[in-house]
Amino acid sequence: MSAIAFPIPDQGILARRDEIVAGLARLVPPEALITSADERRPYETDALTAYRRLPMAVVLPSTTQEVAAVLKFCGEQGVPVVPRGAGTSLAGGAIPQEDAVVIGVSKMNRILEIDYANRVARVQAGVTNLAVTGEVMAEGFFYAPDPSSQLACSIGGNIGMNSGGAHCLKYGVTTNNVLGVTLVMLDGSIVEIGGAHLDAPGLDILGLIVGSEGQLGIVTEATVRILRAAEGARPVLFGFPTSEQAGEAVAAIIGAGIIPVAMEFMDKPAIEICEAFAHAGYPMDVEALLIIEVEGSDTEMDAQLARIVTIAREHGVKTVKESKSAMEAAAIWKGRKSAFGATGRIADYICMDGTIPTGQLPYVLRRMDEIVKGYGLRVANVFHAGDGNLHPLILYNCNDPVEAQKAEDAGMDILKLCVEVGGCLTGEHGVGIEKRDLMTFQFNPEDLAQQMRVRAVFDQSWLLNPAKVFPLEGRVAA
Amino acid sequence: MTLHVPTTEAQACAIVRSVIDSATPLSIIGGNTRSGLGRPTQTHSTLSSAGLTGITLYEPAEMVIGARAGTPLAEVQKTLADRGQMLPFEPMDHRALLGSEGEPTIGAVAAGNISGPRRINAGAARDSLIGVRLVNGRGEAIKSGGRVMKNVTGLDLVKLVAGSYGTLGFLTEVTFRVLPMPERIVTLVWRGLSDGAGVALRAKGLGSPFEPMAAAHLPARIEAEESLTLLRLENFSDSIDYRTGELALLLGDYGEPERLEGEAAAALWRKIRDAAVFARTSEAVWRLSLKPYDAPQAVAAIKQALPAMRCFYDWGGGLVWLGLPAKADAGAAVIRAAVQPFGGHATLVRAPAAIRATVPVFEPLAEPLMRVSAGIKTSFDPAGIFEPGRMYAGV
Repeated sequence: MSAIAFPIPDQGILARRDEIVAGLARLVPPEALITSADERRPYETDALTAYRRLPMAVVLPSTTQEVAAVLKFCGEQGVPVVPRGAGTSLAGGAIPQEDAVVIGVSKMNRILEIDYANRVARVQAGVTNLAVTGEVMAEGFFYAPDPSSQLACSIGGNIGMNSGGAHCLKYGVTTNNVLGVTLVMLDGSIVEIGGAHLDAPGLDILGLIVGSEGQLGIVTEATVRILRAAEGARPVLFGFPTSEQAGEAVAAIIGAGIIPVAMEFMDKPAIEICEAFAHAGYPMDVEALLIIEVEGSDTEMDAQLARIVTIAREHGVKTVKESKSAMEAAAIWKGRKSAFGATGRIADYICMDGTIPTGQLPYVLRRMDEIVKGYGLRVANVFHAGDGNLHPLILYNCNDPVEAQKAEDAGMDILKLCVEVGGCLTGEHGVGIEKRDLMTFQFNPEDLAQQMRVRAVFDQSWLLNPAKVFPLEGRVAA
Repeated sequence: MTLHVPTTEAQACAIVRSVIDSATPLSIIGGNTRSGLGRPTQTHSTLSSAGLTGITLYEPAEMVIGARAGTPLAEVQKTLADRGQMLPFEPMDHRALLGSEGEPTIGAVAAGNISGPRRINAGAARDSLIGVRLVNGRGEAIKSGGRVMKNVTGLDLVKLVAGSYGTLGFLTEVTFRVLPMPERIVTLVWRGLSDGAGVALRAKGLGSPFEPMAAAHLPARIEAEESLTLLRLENFSDSIDYRTGELALLLGDYGEPERLEGEAAAALWRKIRDAAVFARTSEAVWRLSLKPYDAPQAVAAIKQALPAMRCFYDWGGGLVWLGLPAKADAGAAVIRAAVQPFGGHATLVRAPAAIRATVPVFEPLAEPLMRVSAGIKTSFDPAGIFEPGRMYAGV
């Protein structure tokens, strides 16, 4: 595939590579600097593997001060910088370019402080999402955002992309769960934004940083909220004869004043793929499956489930299957969370991430099917039904360039459809390079220029993760 | 004094464009109930959202409501209540505290990031604000966010605008996510606890699986002769019975709590939400933002230096409302010296304009943040026409 353009590498910077590498070597210990082509190779792409560019050098600092020194140097030298967490971005947010230095935070992986009394944790940016929950689980606490890649993805990357997950219907996304960050700016200054308290003085710069895709600075530490987990949680499977009925049931549950912690939707192709992989006991004779999770004491969960089952029956539910044990519950979630990996076992796929108003669900499902079929391809749908965040997986063969192009075109058509019905291009994966050129479908030139003017406050010369988020043409520097 | 009351976004753009060349500063008002917040500004023209009213979108099943900025908050709340829903963040009404009159608007709730006791669990206004339309200082209509609650498309200008007090632009339309109203609300009340014990009780309650939605502590002689420590639960009725029972057991060391329900409880929480204990007094009023466990210590330090101060705690202790005589710097030096060692900060919410003109109303920012804030202001409003200096000199 070659549809997405990269900036033409700056020959002047490439010509100075030795000098730049020597400069970096003066700032960090030898083990923190990666220069050989072989060792740089793992950093040439992220989870959007169809695109790759070998960076000029990779730096893996261990401290905020080292990050500051490297950023300041790159800023002064006019060298592009691509920040990297764990490299799990599905949008190409961490894909470098040939004239760039990658700054990875993977070595900054310490949990610095857990404060149960005030319900906050201070962690370094390279700590994995799941490690935060792992650290506080024994005390009954957890960190709420739970992207499917949570075993690998980093808190720094989560902040960059404002990651969500299956449980954000109740607990919110990253921006609702981060209270403070340490940000290194392009000039090397180290800024504390927010803190352990609930509101920060002045403009909400923290809210701006979360989701800024590494374009405003590099986050090296974060203070996050930790929450006390419910007494128990129980996922239940609801199989429906049609996607429409499943969609209507979701609307009716919310309409009845019930906010389950999660409501996940899978269509028939996704059910088949995930069941073959996880053996979760998903019903195979239905067109649509909802995984609805309730929380609380056993009695509370029984009561809430009874309400949900009544509503589901009113909407023609065919199968209701409760998890009877922790193992069954884990299998249900394993199936859902491994949807992407399981799909990868049967075909290559691209995973889209648009959000739509949930009322548009039946129409959008039908249209997506038509769009993908129109390209002669197949689609499997898994998504967060409660908030309308779709993840259509478009299946294709990556060794067939024509088919690969068709898959990408189908994906773009689907995202345009999301915008047309009142939704957006990305619900939780970020824009990256993947959706950069579609930004003009969601935003008019004035909207984009305003965003770029804000960006320029932090990086006037477009050095920070420069090929991302905004179309390469028409960039605004101030 | 010129008052501009556009009835369309296009008119608002034209008005802004007409004052850019002369760099005529504009005050921005909705219902004009919160004009006393922030630093006093020197303007001769006012741009009002009063002509931009009406709910533009309400989809109960999608839990989303959109309204033009000048729509009365009460109208939004009534529309939601008719369908058993509500704004998640329990926005404060400033009229009692500021002695203002008029009708608070939904736009001001967004512009001021106005939240209440539920903030501790359900997030602030900024957490529920999912879309805005505004006119920037170039006279351009800009949108950010939208009508869906999961949206990471581009820079999150929604957050910047929330709590910017009109300094970045003139809001024309706002969209919030909403939640179902709980079936039942019960408040547990413990009496006679010290500030420290009150914080410890609430930390234990908030750290339990029983999800208190609000947690306040009213020291002695604020509401009653004795102190009151409050945990509010909201849920289905059967869950309320179970959870209040479990919490009373868990917190048994603090004595058996009373259960408060109905209008009396609602009235008490409104007083907390609106800081009504300071209504119609002459005190200067501050909001202190701290880690809950640090709050009693910071308060004790302030009390030692300024014995006339009175205060109460919301947000489990993370928010302290504090009143003291409105003299000299209104206690600014003492208060900021007391909260800064804990990493907290203080905002002067109510004081005579003369004091707000000299004492920094918002906590002074570190140099790089101040530079960034001024840069953001300029990026939205290059001529400096919107509420110049309302937050900081230059912002």
